[in-house]
Amino acid sequence: MRIFAGLLLACLSFWSVGAHAEDASVSIAIKNNKFEPEELHVPARQKVVIHVDNQDATPEEFESSSLKVEKIVPGGTKGIVRIGPLVPGRYSFFGDFHQDSANGVVIAE
Amino acid sequence: MLGTLIIVFREVIEAGLVVGIVLAVTRGLPGRGWWVSLGILAGVIGASIVAAFAGAISNAFEGSGQELLNAGILLVAVLMLMWHNAWMASHGREMAAELKAVGRSISTGERPPVALAVVVGVAVLREGSEIVLFLYGIVAAGTSAASMLLGGVLGLALGAVVAALGYFGLAAIPTRYIFRVTTGLISLLAAGLAAQAMQFLTQAGTVDVLGDQVWDTSGILEENSMVGRVLHTLVGYMDRPTELQILAYVTTLVLMVLLMWIAGSGHRKGHEAGKPGSVQAA
Repeated sequence: MRIFAGLLLACLSFWSVGAHAEDASVSIAIKNNKFEPEELHVPARQKVVIHVDNQDATPEEFESSSLKVEKIVPGGTKGIVRIGPLVPGRYSFFGDFHQDSANGVVIAE
Repeated sequence: MLGTLIIVFREVIEAGLVVGIVLAVTRGLPGRGWWVSLGILAGVIGASIVAAFAGAISNAFEGSGQELLNAGILLVAVLMLMWHNAWMASHGREMAAELKAVGRSISTGERPPVALAVVVGVAVLREGSEIVLFLYGIVAAGTSAASMLLGGVLGLALGAVVAALGYFGLAAIPTRYIFRVTTGLISLLAAGLAAQAMQFLTQAGTVDVLGDQVWDTSGILEENSMVGRVLHTLVGYMDRPTELQILAYVTTLVLMVLLMWIAGSGHRKGHEAGKPGSVQAA
């Protein structure tokens, strides 16, 4: 079964669209279970790559229902979250493992 | 402690429901407890491995490794559920008539519990790796680790309760309906998983079509709420589905029905040829 899963993954990776060069890019850090900055301004109607830099020792999950993403970023590592194209508006996101402190909003404009 | 309990419980609901459904579906199959336990064990081990290599997995495939892995294991689960339903369509009637017949076909190599054990393993693996990472984070943070770990353990226990509720709920259904009910449940479960897999492919940037949101019912029922999560697992409820997710959902259901029809009709022909006069309802 593992071989099968591996094959499936291999097939999927071949579809992968390589060029993300023209996508907009923003960065966000996680420090002391909080996002920094807590407001991300991104261009609307285009794809955006969010580089999440988890500077804490503990893992965090960058999650948002409105952005339709969930991504685990282990402690001391960086992760990529792809969002958009978004219609202009506010999209809240949170750290699933520290929902009382880790909250933020993406503002598409 | 309560916060930890809620977070762990939320993650366990899906796996718990899947285990409950699988236990109900395999009722009467010899050795099913062993297969389900094996599935859970493999899932837990897999979850720990995924958690341990979370960083490396995340960075694979241009930073989309985690999404592709999630999509891959979800699609494996969908295939296993299809296999199971097709198998049941061709053998289920014998099973209802004579459980020993199934015992024989299992020992002669046809093993539907393997498919369902994989489904259990995959469900535990997916949700479990998050729990492992989360609990690891608590231990790493150090502060009040003991009480939070207790919350985590209680959350896991509640997940087992969900599994039990799912199982006994299904077990209460009269035997003559159980086959139809579980076939329906498995089909909806598979459709929901397929839709979920599409979201991970979109998130990975692998699939770039039909990404528009079709509706937004988050105002009525949030997918992330407890009820939302239960419905999400059982029937694939989504509060903001994309066109691709709807397409995957419907396609999976159609494929499932086709597959069962083919498996069922092939079996009927064989059966009628072997035993003239025996009539099998569709």
